[in-house]
Amino acid sequence: MKNNNPLSPHLQIYKWQISSLLSITHRIVGVINFFAIILICIWTMFIVFGQNNYSVINFILNSSFGKFLVISLCWTFSFHILNELRHLFWDAGYGFDLKVAKITGILAFIGSFVLTILFYILGRNFF
Amino acid sequence: MAQFSLPQNSKIEVGKYYRDKTNSKNLKKVNVYRWDPSTGNNPCVDTFEVDMNNCGPKVLDILFKIKNEIDPSLTFRRSCAHGVCGSCAMNIDGVNGLACIKSHEDIKGDLNIYPLPHLKVVKDLIGDLTTLYKQYESIQPWLKVDQTGQEKTELKQSQKDREKLDGYYECILCACCSTSCPSYWWNGDKYLGPAVLLQAYRWINDSRDGDKKERLKKVADELKLYRCHTIMNCTNSCPKGLNPAKAIGSIKKMLATS
Repeated sequence: MKNNNPLSPHLQIYKWQISSLLSITHRIVGVINFFAIILICIWTMFIVFGQNNYSVINFILNSSFGKFLVISLCWTFSFHILNELRHLFWDAGYGFDLKVAKITGILAFIGSFVLTILFYILGRNFF
Repeated sequence: MAQFSLPQNSKIEVGKYYRDKTNSKNLKKVNVYRWDPSTGNNPCVDTFEVDMNNCGPKVLDILFKIKNEIDPSLTFRRSCAHGVCGSCAMNIDGVNGLACIKSHEDIKGDLNIYPLPHLKVVKDLIGDLTTLYKQYESIQPWLKVDQTGQEKTELKQSQKDREKLDGYYECILCACCSTSCPSYWWNGDKYLGPAVLLQAYRWINDSRDGDKKERLKKVADELKLYRCHTIMNCTNSCPKGLNPAKAIGSIKKMLATS
């Protein structure tokens, strides 16, 4: 095929499916979690260096931006865990049926919000 | 890194508007991707007003009506018109499918028709599938046996073993699945894609084939196989209702357990 032949449109026209949306979300959320874990490591490292650092971070996390950040990260981790469960079952050979995949996908998505709320409430009240 | 936007020469422009001349009350707007290699222009989307009172029920019927009555230069592949040959695979209303078995009544509003995604366009709705056919050849889609041809006995297959091919032998290689797969869009030169991998599984899974280990070994490759991230666009688009994602999952599982 000659090089001047155009490429047919792809991302621009393809309709999103539940499965493809969850798949790309899974990947984006994975990247965010990667950085989040680094952030958490830095945070714990700072605590080692004294109480002043702790109160500064505590102040940041208790501001409205901090709360937004924490809740968002609760969600990214929740979603990643639940969707990774789907991948685990797929690797074992189950759940490929179109209907089943759709249902587990929706469940993972709804479940991620439930888990977020649980994480947040548990974190606030017990730790 | 994959290129998510279209190259400069592939940007889609607004095309011609063909007004209805039959004064029909029952019109459907059909937007069709057009590209003529003889002009050197960018591709465009032409809009046709089609009189639905005198048109068959399938998307292919609309395309034929346009070709016969409005613009004879419209180019598309078709052959059997019964969902068996796989020639008329195209992107209809955002999802790949066969124009001959897709009813236009399922689609609300304007009908958008594009060629199969991320292929070099030959003309209008025809994409170039050379790479896919080469990849298909690479998995050696034929029975490999130790027999010499001199034997007087048949190569038998039990009913149970035959049933293992159900859901795989029905594939008509229309390329709907492969061209719906984002992984195949970005790595189409190296990743085999759902259609070819489903075929690979069909031969790996055939009880009469004597080359199972070699076949598995050949397909076990970071790029050839493991670019599948179970996005499942393939299964969503298969017009025959097959499940390429499951076939790929089965190959991965075989490799993990063997």
